[in-house]
Amino acid sequence: MSKLLIEGVSRTFAGVRGGEPVKALMPIDLAVAANDFITILGPSGCGKSTLLRIVAGLEAPSEGRVLLDGKAVTRPGPDRGMVFQSYTLFPWLTVAENIAFGLRERGMPEEERDGIVASYVDLVGLKGFENHWPKQLSGGMQQRTAIARALANDPEILLLDEPFGALDNQTRGLMQELLLGIWERRKKTVLFVTHDIEEAIFMASRVIVMTARPGRIKSDVAVDLPHPRHYTLKTSPEFSALKARLTEDIRVEAMRTAQTA
Amino acid sequence: MRPLQPVPPGIRTVLGISFFVLFVAFWAWITLGGHVNRIFLADPLSMLRDGWRLLVEDRFWLDILITIWRVFGGFLLASVVAVPIGIAMGAWKPVEAFLEPFVSFARYLPASAFIPLLILWAGIGELEKLLVIFVGSVFQIILIIAVKVGSTRRDLVEAAYTLGSTNNGIVRRVIMPANAPEIAETLRLVLGWAWTYVIVAELIGSSSGIGYMIINSQSRLATGQIIFGIIVIGLIGLLSDFAFKAFNRWLFPWSLA
Repeated sequence: MSKLLIEGVSRTFAGVRGGEPVKALMPIDLAVAANDFITILGPSGCGKSTLLRIVAGLEAPSEGRVLLDGKAVTRPGPDRGMVFQSYTLFPWLTVAENIAFGLRERGMPEEERDGIVASYVDLVGLKGFENHWPKQLSGGMQQRTAIARALANDPEILLLDEPFGALDNQTRGLMQELLLGIWERRKKTVLFVTHDIEEAIFMASRVIVMTARPGRIKSDVAVDLPHPRHYTLKTSPEFSALKARLTEDIRVEAMRTAQTA
Repeated sequence: MRPLQPVPPGIRTVLGISFFVLFVAFWAWITLGGHVNRIFLADPLSMLRDGWRLLVEDRFWLDILITIWRVFGGFLLASVVAVPIGIAMGAWKPVEAFLEPFVSFARYLPASAFIPLLILWAGIGELEKLLVIFVGSVFQIILIIAVKVGSTRRDLVEAAYTLGSTNNGIVRRVIMPANAPEIAETLRLVLGWAWTYVIVAELIGSSSGIGYMIINSQSRLATGQIIFGIIVIGLIGLLSDFAFKAFNRWLFPWSLA
């Protein structure tokens, strides 16, 4: 059975100042198997973030529904952990307190939280920074904390909305390896939105390519590259072949976006 | 001079102090030099002499203490009422829709115009003084806090929801801590205004306090005392502002880190 089912989900935004309503998402159907790492690849403004926000329950679909373990999603909840592109650590909490946030909201006693928090601090390599404020951290460290914060809640599915989009290229590469390493060790169902083709292939067991707005699924590409993956994989012939194919797919869409914009 | 170019800290201090020196020098020049009538403006030296006499002989420090107590009492009263209302208005839009029009209207009611009414209701005792400050501050605090709380970062709220926060949890563990430094800053700002209200309250129907001393000195043409009183208010205001700032910094280290 699929872990996550997206059934005919579409989204239309009301027109601005009496204008025509804007279709952001055409009806989308997608089935995600348990412990799959899916990347959703598309040009800017194609509605891929909207789709992710609908799965998170932060936005309601205009039509269709989302099922997680057979249960319909109606609002945000701790079973769907999310990492945002903007830095969303709570600035008044330390790294450790940020990671503990979800557990605290659940009413878990402090002694129990401490053990879990320590293990996730370790997992994302932030030992020694537990008592730092978010402002004292680099962007990469903030996003690592955000990943740990989402994972500490032990969600059924992890949603990531261009989490490394604001990072420089080197940091981004390291973050990809870190996240992939975590996924390889502790299997988790992941939905990862990005506009970076390399990132989409490197991370994924399956890449969903979306069209320009209004977004729909253009292609669904399995990535059968072996695990564990190392950054050198990005220069292998198999990787390059996939990249060439997806580049062609996405280029057409990017051009369509550029023409309508 | 290059615009927006920062000034080294040493030069900054020197520049800041030199204006005070210039100001006092100008004051000394027009008074001691006989350019204005002494009846209307005392010179700096007699101001200091008058001030010293006030403190030593007339027990002016008691007036100072009473004024400070009124400012903080009225300000505390206003804060205790206004902060929860402001947070509620910012967090829950129906509450805002219900209260905002009235508060916006009430904000423009001048506190000083309430003094005759407040004297009728509460007499000329301490309660009336506190109420003047309360009326002057409470609506301001409510409105500013409501706006700040209303502009809480939405992505933080969304992140908290995806971590399992309830509506109640969002208000208590996201909206309130996120805005706490801004709320404290607002209170610091309004405390400054409270100093204005207290003097107005003391100018009318009062028998103690710095404002009373000032109005009392006017009838005796003791301009030295008046200026001394004004300077004392300025100094206390400055001190309390510094203390408040330091307290906020100590309370919210994360907002400065």
